[in-house]
Amino acid sequence: MVSVKAILEGDRRALARLLTLVENDDPQGRAALNELYPRTGKAHVVGITGAPGTGKSSFTNQLARIYRNPPSGEPRQVAIVAVDPSSPFTGGALLGDRVRMKDHSGDAGVFIRSMASRGAVGGIARATAAVTQVLDAAGFDAVLVETVGAGQSEVEIARLAHTTIVVEAPGMGDDIQAIKAGILEIADILVVNKADLPGAERTEQVLRASLEMGAGSRRPVVTGGETWTPTVLKAQSLNPVGIIEAYDLIQDHRAYLERTGEWRLRDRERLDSELEDLLKEELFRRWVEGKSESNWQAALDALYARERSPYQTVEILLKQSSDQS
Amino acid sequence: MPEKKIRILIAKPGLDGHDRGAKVVARALRDAGMEVIYTGLRQTPEMVAEAALQEDVDAVGLSILSGAHMGLVPRIMDLLKAEGMGGVHVFLGGIIPEEDIPELKACGVAEVYGPGTSTEKIATDIQAAVRPA
Repeated sequence: MVSVKAILEGDRRALARLLTLVENDDPQGRAALNELYPRTGKAHVVGITGAPGTGKSSFTNQLARIYRNPPSGEPRQVAIVAVDPSSPFTGGALLGDRVRMKDHSGDAGVFIRSMASRGAVGGIARATAAVTQVLDAAGFDAVLVETVGAGQSEVEIARLAHTTIVVEAPGMGDDIQAIKAGILEIADILVVNKADLPGAERTEQVLRASLEMGAGSRRPVVTGGETWTPTVLKAQSLNPVGIIEAYDLIQDHRAYLERTGEWRLRDRERLDSELEDLLKEELFRRWVEGKSESNWQAALDALYARERSPYQTVEILLKQSSDQS
Repeated sequence: MPEKKIRILIAKPGLDGHDRGAKVVARALRDAGMEVIYTGLRQTPEMVAEAALQEDVDAVGLSILSGAHMGLVPRIMDLLKAEGMGGVHVFLGGIIPEEDIPELKACGVAEVYGPGTSTEKIATDIQAAVRPA
């Protein structure tokens, strides 16, 4: 049994164990989440996404260093959730983001947790939102969520995070790539990492041009008529260059969210979609539990025999189960 | 849909840079359906124990080819115990002389695998040690 009290007192072993229970959707994990939920909503959730190999982990590592030693103010407690893909065939995963995150050993103000995507395709795992909530309730000021190496449509992170950073590297494609829909659209901050490599200037220009082209097409503004304009920033995670600037931009973005009321709006949107997902899952689970095996087999046979389409099959199955009850 | 996965930390404590063995084992355990957290080279005992704690792993695999195992391994075992992680299945691979094995096992190492060990055996041992829990 995991003690919520111990977690709130800063017991890292208890925290780590609860994260496992939550990740496994264990009933104990759900019970602890229920208890912790009133304490959530304080942490700044920062998403870090981008293609494989652009340097997300190294950038996240450097960013966490600045949280621990900010240009102004007290050191912040920071949690990192690093997601890597699960194999679609074996379900196994190699979680290698810690390799780039060695700078925080012995620092009780940093907590790093690796997660496998476990079949989710949006760039984060199904339980990443719940894991973030636990870390939020445990008192971390910021939760940095690093997604799997993302292609063009792994945009789930934008729903989870208050602030989304897209990390690019030089040479990742021409200007048509930059105006395609998807990952670039979700960026609040765009980082051209590895800016010492040739082509960094060009990448920066292309991204800037693409943002300018899209000005005004961003999500509608809630209040005050103020909009956030995504910024392109050059950085080098190994040297490190541009990290403090990135940190400052993240704080600016947070201030913007709070000033305009968008913080609350994003929080509500996230909770709406989380509730919707849970409801879908739970309804489906209950329906599967209650379904009649014979009706199910008959429906499948008719489907295989091309007698009824998938749409018609769904209609019939739903009708049969509502007649039952 | 509850789903339990075996979580394993594969770490290379000490200063040698020979990480091929650790990578081969990490890959094989991934293919056996486990979630393998790989830490990379040059880990201190403190870093290994801290990663094991944060990641809440079921097992820790250590790869040491530097000859420093008698210094590193007991230290890691002590740190794991101090963190309340004494029950974790710890196994060791690399270049470990026969005569050191009894002492390593006495301090809590479950298995010591030498060169040529089949990765299937390592995976099976872990499953047997971790699953009944």
